[in-house]
Amino acid sequence: MVDASTSAHGDLTLKNLTKRFGDFVAVDDLDLVIPEGSFFALLGPSGCGKTTTLRMVAGLEEPSSGSIFIGNTDITYEKPYKRPVNTVFQNYALFPHLTIYENVAFGLRRRGVKDVDAQVQKALELVELTHLSSRKPNQLSGGQQQRIALARAIVNRPALLLLDEPLGALDLKLRRAMQIELKWIQTEVGITFVHVTHDQEEAMTMADTIAVMNEGKIEQMGSPADLYDNPRTSFVANFLGQSNLIKGSIVDASGDNKVVDIFGTKIALPAARNHAHDSSVLLGIRPEKIRIQPAGTSMNGNILTGGVISDASYIGVSTQYQVEMTWGQELMVFEQNDDGTPPLAKGDAVTISWEPIFTFGLAGDQDANAGSEANPDSE
Amino acid sequence: MSTALLHTGTHEKKAVLSKKKLLPYWLLAPGIIWLVIFFLVPIYQLISTSTQTQGYGIGTYVQTYRFANFIDAITSSKAQLIRSFEYAFLATLFALIISYPLAYAVAFKSGRWKNTLLVLIVAPFFCSFLLRTVAWEQILGEQGLVIKVLRFAHILGAQDHLTATPFAVVAGLTYNFLPFMTLPLYASLERIDIRMMEASGDLYANALTTFRKVTVPLSMPGVVAGTLLTFIPAAGDYINAELLGNPGTKMIGNVIEARYLEIVDYPGAAALSLILMVTILILVMAYVKRAGTEELV
Repeated sequence: MVDASTSAHGDLTLKNLTKRFGDFVAVDDLDLVIPEGSFFALLGPSGCGKTTTLRMVAGLEEPSSGSIFIGNTDITYEKPYKRPVNTVFQNYALFPHLTIYENVAFGLRRRGVKDVDAQVQKALELVELTHLSSRKPNQLSGGQQQRIALARAIVNRPALLLLDEPLGALDLKLRRAMQIELKWIQTEVGITFVHVTHDQEEAMTMADTIAVMNEGKIEQMGSPADLYDNPRTSFVANFLGQSNLIKGSIVDASGDNKVVDIFGTKIALPAARNHAHDSSVLLGIRPEKIRIQPAGTSMNGNILTGGVISDASYIGVSTQYQVEMTWGQELMVFEQNDDGTPPLAKGDAVTISWEPIFTFGLAGDQDANAGSEANPDSE
Repeated sequence: MSTALLHTGTHEKKAVLSKKKLLPYWLLAPGIIWLVIFFLVPIYQLISTSTQTQGYGIGTYVQTYRFANFIDAITSSKAQLIRSFEYAFLATLFALIISYPLAYAVAFKSGRWKNTLLVLIVAPFFCSFLLRTVAWEQILGEQGLVIKVLRFAHILGAQDHLTATPFAVVAGLTYNFLPFMTLPLYASLERIDIRMMEASGDLYANALTTFRKVTVPLSMPGVVAGTLLTFIPAAGDYINAELLGNPGTKMIGNVIEARYLEIVDYPGAAALSLILMVTILILVMAYVKRAGTEELV
């Protein structure tokens, strides 16, 4: 039963992968290498092509063009049942007519594996559900079904495990617990996990590497910290967390810190964190990196004066301010409630500042709001 | 004064309460009355008739509790009884073999033609059962295309017929009850989540194994419903045997009909009807138990 392709292993490589549905391009000329043994997340809003990419890797969708490799084996047009790939489906897709035990044993039996019983027991132990092996799927809770779907896939020791929004149907608390457990299981079994999600927090909690997808293309790829601290496009800046993006132009590009003029104020932008191709720039700063003080207080770093608080909401760990600047734009500032002073109030005149190293620069010709409507946090 | 008021208050409350309690029974009443008039009374009549014996004139019977009526009925009509179940079984089997691919194709492969195909499956119902069976007589008859083609291909000789044969009766039964098989099958196939099949493929099952291990087990409720809806009416049918058969293909329905209308042996006909009903009931219960689909329905 086991032929060359089912035993293939190595990095997953996507080359010029494209999928069209009629005129709609779901996945657009995608190039991607996912290293063996990593926990990789494809993150993006619904309709960005992440699930289509996953389905092409699983063999459930045929690419319009391009190719898919595991190690050196081309699996682009291989039948799904001949790929060393298993999937945890969005709504688990457990077989309702089979017991939990038989669900987990399904893949092993199809491949004619010898010690089915030992392997099923081991997989059930891994997800801590040995005691439910004789039940039927509809007798299990959502969280338990999720783990069985995972056990059913992992038991086959695939080269690649695909997870399609695996935690989408669980409530928030259970989702948090499963995020930690999934990460632990991945470390334990050492299988490459490719995780598709629209939830940036989920991706950041679990994945070693995240690829942010938008309209069939990868916007940026990197570690969670890298993507958050140094986004390269306004889509990434807005989709992962929240960002203040201010229009400006580079007036002095000679030093290690470029000097950006925003509505008359000079701001320092580290050259390595500037991704603009010309002098037109969207200057970015995360809200929690900004300090806020009553107007007239002396501050260090990049300073913007003349702000007026237009809204202040106290949410316990922090106070979230909307500060209206002299040019009419509202900036977000998240201030930790850790210095004992009472929060500032609506209408107060303020000065804001931040350390120059937190500044990032994006190409000035893109939509400053791209990705923010797709970000579930900004609703 | 105040206590008296209080008392009338509770009385009124009680009246309202009992009215509320009675409401479900009022709602059930039409159904219950219907069942009593059109099911319980006739079935009592049938049971009562089955043990009567002839009175002083033709067509008059008196209750004598003669249970030997049943033994007489079975001994005289054993062949037809067995034949009925044989034919019904064959018709059910053929209907299943024809319907499964049909229902599968409509459920999964028909795309935008799905509704059109469903209408076509139901289309025969726009015409009377009797007329359609008479039409089959024409189709299989000496002037029909089927026999001409078969004779031309030398599958049948010049002396062979299609009408007035067991083949014609089983074919008629299969044809007449086919939609009753196809529709439940379609309904249960259509309900199967396509991801079940994807998951099966993902877990190393090829198309054939997926069909055997996932599609068929998940469609069992439809198979059970379809076979019951085909087998039960087919076993009691007499139109097909009457119009498409010969004296050697008489089914139990023909015997019952003859006893009622021709011989005017009401007790014998009633006894046979009861035997048919009970036998079907036992077969169906054993079948449903064995199929064990209650968890899937």
